[in-house]
Amino acid sequence: MLLYILRRVLYAVPIALAVSLLCFLLVHIAPGDPVNAIVPADAPQAVVEQIRAEYGLDKPLPVQFGLWLLKVVQGDLGRSLATGRAVTEDLAIAVRNTLRLSLVAALIGFTFGTLLGAVAGLFRGTWVDRLAVGLAAAGVSVPHYWLGMVLVILFSVLIPALPAMGAGPGGSGDWVWDIAHMRHLVLPAITLSVIPMGIVTRTLRGIVAEIMNQDFVNTLRGKGLRRGGILLHVAKNAAPGTLAVMGLQLGYLMGGSILVETVFSWPGTGFLLNSAIFQRDIPVLQGTILVLALFFVTLNLLVDLLQTALDPRIKRA
Amino acid sequence: MSTTTSLGASPAAAPRRPAASPGYWQGVWRRLRHDRVTLACAAVLLLMLFAILAAPLIAPADPYQTSMIRRLKPVGFGNHLLGTDELGRDMLTRLLYGGRLSWFLGITPVVIAFGIGGTLGIIAGFAGGWVNMLIMRVTDVFYAFPSVLLAVAISGALGAGVFNAILSLTLVFIPQIIRVAESTTTSVRALDYVEAARGSGAGALTIVRVHVLPNVLGPIFVYATSLISVSMIIASGLSFLGLGTKPPEAEWGLMLNTLRSAIYSQPVIAMLPGLCIFVTSMAFNLVSDGLRAAMDVRN
Repeated sequence: MLLYILRRVLYAVPIALAVSLLCFLLVHIAPGDPVNAIVPADAPQAVVEQIRAEYGLDKPLPVQFGLWLLKVVQGDLGRSLATGRAVTEDLAIAVRNTLRLSLVAALIGFTFGTLLGAVAGLFRGTWVDRLAVGLAAAGVSVPHYWLGMVLVILFSVLIPALPAMGAGPGGSGDWVWDIAHMRHLVLPAITLSVIPMGIVTRTLRGIVAEIMNQDFVNTLRGKGLRRGGILLHVAKNAAPGTLAVMGLQLGYLMGGSILVETVFSWPGTGFLLNSAIFQRDIPVLQGTILVLALFFVTLNLLVDLLQTALDPRIKRA
Repeated sequence: MSTTTSLGASPAAAPRRPAASPGYWQGVWRRLRHDRVTLACAAVLLLMLFAILAAPLIAPADPYQTSMIRRLKPVGFGNHLLGTDELGRDMLTRLLYGGRLSWFLGITPVVIAFGIGGTLGIIAGFAGGWVNMLIMRVTDVFYAFPSVLLAVAISGALGAGVFNAILSLTLVFIPQIIRVAESTTTSVRALDYVEAARGSGAGALTIVRVHVLPNVLGPIFVYATSLISVSMIIASGLSFLGLGTKPPEAEWGLMLNTLRSAIYSQPVIAMLPGLCIFVTSMAFNLVSDGLRAAMDVRN
C-alpha cells in the first residue's frame, strides 16, 4: 500500500512538469513575438529590449523554461500587464472565491445527485427512475451560462429576491459567511451545481443497479435482512466509485466555472481569466491556468489514493 | 445472435466482410425503432439541420440588416415572428443562420478528433509496448486539464476566431477519444479470433482491417457522438466569452452574449439563443444514449 502511494505520487511529478511546460508554451503559441504579448504595442524599442532580457526571452526555449520554472517553484508567477501587481496576489483572492463557490455548488450537486441516482438505481424502470434520468440528461446538456441567465431573469428581474452580480453587498472583496454574502452565492452555486448533479445521478444509478443484480444482495434478502440493512450494504459498495466521480467533478467545477463566473461577475479565477483574455494579459492567463491545472492534478491523485484506501478489492502495489 | 465469424479460417478464405454478422446491425436497428425518445430526438435534430441548411431560402430577412428604430421588439412584433435583437435584426433569421455556425463549431472538432484520436488510439492499443507508452503518456498530460479550462487556455492564447476555436476544441477531444479507442482496441486484441488470425499468418494490417476495425469503430463512434453535446456547449461558451466567432457574425453563443444587456427589457428574446443550444445539445445527448443502448448486445 505504502509502495503504491509512493509510486502514484512519483508518477504525478512528471505529469505536473508536463502541465507546467504546456502552460509555459501558452505564451509562445500566442501569435507574434512573445514580447508583444507582454508589453503594449506602442512601447519604445528600449523598453522592449529591456523586457526581452528581463524575461530571458533572448535565450533558447529550454533555458527559458528552466528559468521560468525556477521562479514558479519559488512562488513567482510574474506581474500582471494590466495592473502591475504580482499575479499571485490577485490569484490568491480569486482562488479562494472560486473554491468557495465550487464547494457550495459541489455540496448542492452531490446531495441531489446522490439522492436521485440512488433512488433511480433502486427503482429502475419506474416513473421516479425516468424523472431522475431526464433531470440528469438535462443537467449535463444545459449550457450552464444560459441557465445562469435564466435564473437571473426569474429570481432577480421578475421576482427581485436575490442579487444577480458580485460576491457581496457593495462589491467588496472581503468574504464573510453572513446572510448578505450568502445571498450572492445562491444563484451562481445552483447554476454551477447542475452538471455534477447530472453526472453523479447517472454514475450512481448505474453503480446501484449493478450492485442490486449481484448475488450477495439476494443472499442478504434470503437470510431475512430488512430493506434498511440491505441498503447499508449497497451504499458501502457504491461509495468508492461514487467518491471517485465526485472528486473529479470538484476539479471540473474549479476549472469550468469561468463561464458562470462571467455571467454573475463572481470575482474568482474564471473572472480573472476572462479579463486576462480581454486585455491579453498573458502572465495572468498563464498563472491562473497553471494553478488550476496543478490543483486538478493534485485532486486526481488524492481521489486515486482515497479510492484505493476505501476499496479493499483494489490491490495495487 | 451468434458471432460465427473468422475463427479458424485459413488466410486464403479470410472473410472480406466485416466481422460483425449482418444480424447485429439488424438488431441495432430493431432496438432503435422501438426507442421513441431516441427517434423523437433524431427527428428534432434532422428538422433543425434542414432548417439551418435552408436558412437562405426560408429566413424571412437579412441576418445583418440592422434597424435603429426596431431594436429589441417583442415576439410577434410586425413581421418579426421572434422579435428583433439589440441592433434591430430579425431574431428568427439570426437564429437560423446562427445555427449553421453553432452546429459547424460543435461538430467539426469531434469529427476531426474522431479521425486523429481514433487512429492514434487504435495504433496505441494494437501496437502495445513503447508506442502505447508514448501515446498514452502524452494523452495523460492533456487529461490533466479540465476540458473547459484547456479550451479556454488555448483559445485565449491564440486569440478569437472560428479556426482557433475549432483547433482548441479538437485538442480537447483527441485525448479523450484516444483513451476510449486504446482501451477498446486492447481488449479486442486479446480475443481468441485475433490470436487465431495471427497464428494462421495474417499480417498486422490485415488483422486491423478485418478483425479490429469492425469491432472497435462502433464503440469509438458512439463515444464520439456523446461528445457533440459537450462540444456545442463549450464552442458556444467560447463565443460567449468572445473567443469564438466575432460580431456581426450570427452564432448562438455570441448572440447570447450580446443579448445579455437585454435581460431586463426583453428577457424572452435574450433567452432564445441559449434555448436553441440547450435543445440541440440535449437531443444529441439523448440520441447518443439511445445509440449506445441499442448497440449494447447485453440488452
